[in-house]
Amino acid sequence: MARAISTRRQITVTILAWVIGITIFFPILWTILTSFKTEAEAIASPPSLFMFDWTLENYGEVQERSNYFRHFSNSVIISLGSTVLGLLIAIPAAWSMAFVPAKRTKDILMWMLSTKMLPPVGVLIPIYLIFRDTGLLDTRIGLVIVLTLVNLPIITWMLFTYFREIPGEILEAARMDGAMLWDEIVHVLTPMAIPGIASTLLLNVILAWNEAFWTLNLTAAKAAPLTAFIASYSSPEGLFYAKLSAASTMAIAPILILGWFSQKQLVRGLTFGAVK
Amino acid sequence: MLSPAVLLLLAWMIVPLTMTIYFSFLRYNLLSPGINAWAGWSNYQYFLTDPAFFAALTNTLLLVVGVLLITVIGGTLLALLLDQPIWGQGVVRILVLAPFFVMPTVSALVWKNMFMNPVNGLFAYAAKAVGLQPFDFLAHAPLASIILIVAWQWLPFAALILLTALQSMDQEQMEASEIDGAGPFSRFFYLVLPHLSRAITVVILIQTIFLLSIFAEILVTTNGGPGYASTNITYLVYAQSLLQFDVGGGSAGGIIAVILANIVAIFLMRMIGKNLEA
Amino acid sequence: MGSIKLNKVTKSFGSTQVIPPLDLEIQDGEFVVFVGPSGCGKSTLLRLIAGLEDVTSGMIEINGVDATQTPPSKRGLAMVFQSYALYPHMSVRKNIAFPLKMAKLAPEERDQKVENAASVLNLTDYLDRRPGQLSGGQRQRVAIGRAIVREPDAFLFDEPLSNLDAALRVNMRLEISELHQTLATTMIYVTHDQVEAMTMADKIVVLNAGHIAQVGSPLELYHKPANVFVAGFIGSPKMNLVTGPDAQAMDAHTIGVRPEHITISEGGGTWTGKVGVSEHLGSDTFLRVNVDGVGTLTVRASGEVALRHGDSVSLIPEEGKVHRFDADGLAMQ
Repeated sequence: MARAISTRRQITVTILAWVIGITIFFPILWTILTSFKTEAEAIASPPSLFMFDWTLENYGEVQERSNYFRHFSNSVIISLGSTVLGLLIAIPAAWSMAFVPAKRTKDILMWMLSTKMLPPVGVLIPIYLIFRDTGLLDTRIGLVIVLTLVNLPIITWMLFTYFREIPGEILEAARMDGAMLWDEIVHVLTPMAIPGIASTLLLNVILAWNEAFWTLNLTAAKAAPLTAFIASYSSPEGLFYAKLSAASTMAIAPILILGWFSQKQLVRGLTFGAVK
Repeated sequence: MLSPAVLLLLAWMIVPLTMTIYFSFLRYNLLSPGINAWAGWSNYQYFLTDPAFFAALTNTLLLVVGVLLITVIGGTLLALLLDQPIWGQGVVRILVLAPFFVMPTVSALVWKNMFMNPVNGLFAYAAKAVGLQPFDFLAHAPLASIILIVAWQWLPFAALILLTALQSMDQEQMEASEIDGAGPFSRFFYLVLPHLSRAITVVILIQTIFLLSIFAEILVTTNGGPGYASTNITYLVYAQSLLQFDVGGGSAGGIIAVILANIVAIFLMRMIGKNLEA
Repeated sequence: MGSIKLNKVTKSFGSTQVIPPLDLEIQDGEFVVFVGPSGCGKSTLLRLIAGLEDVTSGMIEINGVDATQTPPSKRGLAMVFQSYALYPHMSVRKNIAFPLKMAKLAPEERDQKVENAASVLNLTDYLDRRPGQLSGGQRQRVAIGRAIVREPDAFLFDEPLSNLDAALRVNMRLEISELHQTLATTMIYVTHDQVEAMTMADKIVVLNAGHIAQVGSPLELYHKPANVFVAGFIGSPKMNLVTGPDAQAMDAHTIGVRPEHITISEGGGTWTGKVGVSEHLGSDTFLRVNVDGVGTLTVRASGEVALRHGDSVSLIPEEGKVHRFDADGLAMQ
């Protein structure tokens, strides 16, 4: 819409938007800043925003005392593992729903989504006991399995919405061009679905990275990802603000950066394609 | 090709759920293994008559409704604001979106210690600076504080989705309404809001799924306290089964949670089924 | 190579039969146009021939061989879709080469054929672009190129011009006709536009609700419509169809006169009416004349006519050019 908007109004709106944006972002900003302070400066009164002696010692100490990198690698393995496993199961499912729809397809989709409504506490105890008895408790494999299942409906649904947008005529054209089913999948469908698969992967990594019910209840020391690692700061170590901040910054930074780069794809994915 | 996914999900739902139902009729405590006597409905009776249950039920609903209200209304306003021409819009959007990527344990801990702490928190400092008594948020208004924390995490999600929906609005429709003499308010209520209804439905559905099972935020801030002031059903079941080792009682609670969630689910799925395919 | 024969072919979706038993023969090298209003089953018929839909019963023969159960990839046909259906992730070159790749041709041979097709279709400069960077007409050419390189027994076109603007449509129409003359390959072309049908076809198949209403050359259909439906569908502006006393006077249920077969007379005629809307095209003038008891008749007059809204005119249908139809809508001799 090419319309003249008064500069004064734009200035007002811009200032308002920036103030609100910074306010919403402030807790994160403050955490990042505090992570570079000494413990004394972290609780100094009055607090200082930028004028302090910047130090990196908190990061070193966090790694030394609670082995950040082990938790970090747990997080990476669990979120990537469950995402890849989930995609392997969900791609064929979404594929057949999008291109060979049967009468019940829509009902199956709704049912899949409805399993997300099952509160995890409803199955916490059996899962806990099964894991205890099979030795899966506090293992990365165990968490990969659980998170795969937890996120499977979302992955399937997202992929379905992407696949559904691939026009059927293109597949028919491939068939007319002499492509057999396998050629159709390799040369036409997969390359066209790659953006959709990528954004599904991204969203799922984020969800799995931040999942904080099963990761807290099914891990102790060995397999604990960053969510559980941070939870161990709840008391009384949390009173060491600078170290808490350093640990928090390290826990959220990877996903924060990943999320910022992929925000457009995420919106589509999160709404199951319902909002564009 | 569909069957592996369906079978896995079925197994994931039915096996543990059946076990939970079975356990819920047993006198089953992890501290006294071996004595798994049939308990009939007594676990349910115990759980439902426990005053903690009603506190938890109320808290669960307050938490869901409170966060939904803040995020939907706040998100709509924020989306309307960000839809205006702004210098540096991309940067503002990134700032606003950030809390969504913060894991629940981190946001809860940061808010609890660095903002709401009555001694060293920023809010306490701000109160003192203007001559007020620092307020101990998590001790005196634990549920409201948790609602605030959770709403902060979910506001970006609502705002971003609503913004995306706003940007798909038909500009000619807006211009036509202006020519028809509609002011900004009637335009909002008669054009913008109906256009957003689908997106709002999506926001409510997805958030409700996650909000019904809020856990980590409570675990690391208040542990459900003081008393049961910030215990929701999820946390209550967790406490019953994994802190008091009462598997039977916890299972009964779990089943009740499932039933409650299903009531909400039926309601929501109806709404969604209508709105999503339209 | 390129004869197609349909033998009692039917198609049902669930319990609805969209194609009742249908027989049709298409000779090698013919340009056949399936035309009819939307929903008449013309696209379904094309897709049955392509193999994209399975016939419910009946037999499809291609080159004298039963192809009813042959998958689309093995029928030796090429198709151009309404949406062009280009592969968006491939360059123009790769799009055109795709059928050759599927046929496992050597890369050098592939390149040679792609270059040839591209030069025929004026696409040489665009070979390395993606379909998204092309205009509608160029995309259409790529789709045709992809069909040409296969050297198929027959080309199938499914409303290929409906997404183009009017001027481009006329150009592409000519290009496809020229292509048919060069290649002399069987072409089956589906459209709802009777002008396309009339200008391009050797043989027109007019379809109505799954039935074949008439098969014939464009001029046969124009001069001897077999029924009211074809009479009303072929020709622009539409034939005037009149029922009632005027028809009964000629022992018919309905009579039809084309606008170009009515002359305007100054004094007295079969019908008298008042001029409503007149459309001046320069070369011709189309007058809508409101005749009491008959309705609105369209009349074509050569050149410019100095008649205005409300003027009274008399109309005389040309001798021997009046079509008569019985109560079932069939033409009477």
